[in-house]
Amino acid sequence: MVGAKGPAAKLAMSILARMAEVYGATELMDISAAHIDSTIYIGEAGLEFAERLAGLGAKVAVPTTLNVSGLDEHGWQEWAVPADWAAKAYRQMVAYQSMGCVPTWTCAPYQTDLRPVFGQQIAWGESNAIAFANSVLGARTERYPDLLDICCAITGRVPAVGLHLTENRAGQLLLRLVGVPLALQQDDSFYPVLGHLIGEVAGEQIPVVDGLYARPTEDQLKALGAAAASSGAVALFHIIGVTPEAPTLGAAFQDRQPENVLSVDMGWLRQARSELTTAQGDDLQMVVLGSPHFSIQEFEQLSKLVAGQKAHPQVKFLVTSSRVMVELARRAGFLQSLEDFGGRVTVDTCILASPMLPPDIKLLMTNSGKYAYYAPGMLNTRVTFGSLADCVRSAIAGRVLRDESLWEE
Amino acid sequence: MMRGKVVIPGSAEGEVMVSAEPLSFWGGYDFHTGEIIDRRHPLAGQIATGKILALPFTRGSSTTTAVLLEAVRAGTAPAALLTTGVDSFFALASIVADEMYARPIPLLALKPVDYASLRSGDWIVIREDGGVEVNAEK
Repeated sequence: MVGAKGPAAKLAMSILARMAEVYGATELMDISAAHIDSTIYIGEAGLEFAERLAGLGAKVAVPTTLNVSGLDEHGWQEWAVPADWAAKAYRQMVAYQSMGCVPTWTCAPYQTDLRPVFGQQIAWGESNAIAFANSVLGARTERYPDLLDICCAITGRVPAVGLHLTENRAGQLLLRLVGVPLALQQDDSFYPVLGHLIGEVAGEQIPVVDGLYARPTEDQLKALGAAAASSGAVALFHIIGVTPEAPTLGAAFQDRQPENVLSVDMGWLRQARSELTTAQGDDLQMVVLGSPHFSIQEFEQLSKLVAGQKAHPQVKFLVTSSRVMVELARRAGFLQSLEDFGGRVTVDTCILASPMLPPDIKLLMTNSGKYAYYAPGMLNTRVTFGSLADCVRSAIAGRVLRDESLWEE
Repeated sequence: MMRGKVVIPGSAEGEVMVSAEPLSFWGGYDFHTGEIIDRRHPLAGQIATGKILALPFTRGSSTTTAVLLEAVRAGTAPAALLTTGVDSFFALASIVADEMYARPIPLLALKPVDYASLRSGDWIVIREDGGVEVNAEK
């Protein structure tokens, strides 16, 4: 077993070798970075696995970032996290940190110093990060599940299959945007909706979007990928003229014919948008932003929207981000207006990964397709989806307000 | 008798719970109870513990494997899993369940036509060689 030194590497290599067989790989290949999603504390088994590896002296072989953990390491006491649960989640953080990983604790590792580059072979976990790395950066990762990501990091190897290989990165499903106005394409709320739709329709195919004339920002593409990887299994998408492997239709499909062609019109988009809202009426208890974790640009945008305003006293307002991004935002002066507004910031985790929300919170509003997708089932809440500006206006008013002008018939 | 591609070998029998919709176990499977909790999913509200769970593939979150491993440890996992393609997330959970607890979950990939013939409530026997008997005598 090449590369297996010591008992931890042997265990990691044993799992990796069995998985290589499942993938039908004839060989393993080197990677030069990893991102570990197994950090999220789920229960005793995941903790036992992490502590087994750490106890055997596991060390990562490549630069490795860590996904969100189960708690804000230095701020969990301010929330509803039970102390015994926090103790276990913390042990899991310690175990992964002890393996030599960088304690980034973020689901947006592509917005850190360890952002991969075009063509780089990596092993990433976390569905939104996988979609972003492959699609927006042109780095190459399979959809690495929890528990396997760390085995790849320890061995520095992956099965040479799937999205690591050029021939498997060609588009398969062509989605043509038809009659989608430019003003909507430029709006933040368009991207989670399009992503949600793509995830639902793509199945296991690689989707290609044509007809996007706006120039989406990095954060808009991040929102699209996160939504597509929640409602579906999307690990790679191409957008003609936008993403790096899709300068032309021919390039995106590697000169093959699409297996399917579908038109995406406003009617379909409106339906996708309505699916992201599970709440009824305009009652509101809490606004949650930051899935994936807020970037410095998003903090800047938010600080302008909330400047000089106050959230309604009955509405909680939370932004989830990484410790590094929050420190950058603080030093750039973007946090003061948010704090004056009555907003709070949590780092290292999110509302889906940590039992932090008070149990009486049942009605959320968010601009995140991922929060909107998962919160109803995981947190037993009802969610209203809206743009960032809608979320701020609603927090001020104390009830849900949405600007429908861009979505109207 | 139909035959599936053996991804993780093992024998099992039980009532099948089948859906044409993929599922993310993160946010979709409560490992404390074995209940399917994704409200958008057709199987929502049903308990999969000890059943033969048939899902075409796993959706979304890469945490699905961790949730399934917890279910194995907690005794709330399905008795076996049937899919249409080779699902690497289910396979990994089963392999780690084997390495950690010596309790792998049998996993078979069926041909789409065989998968489509499954009906919830059928009694199914899965054999180590990938053979699947439907409505076999209990």
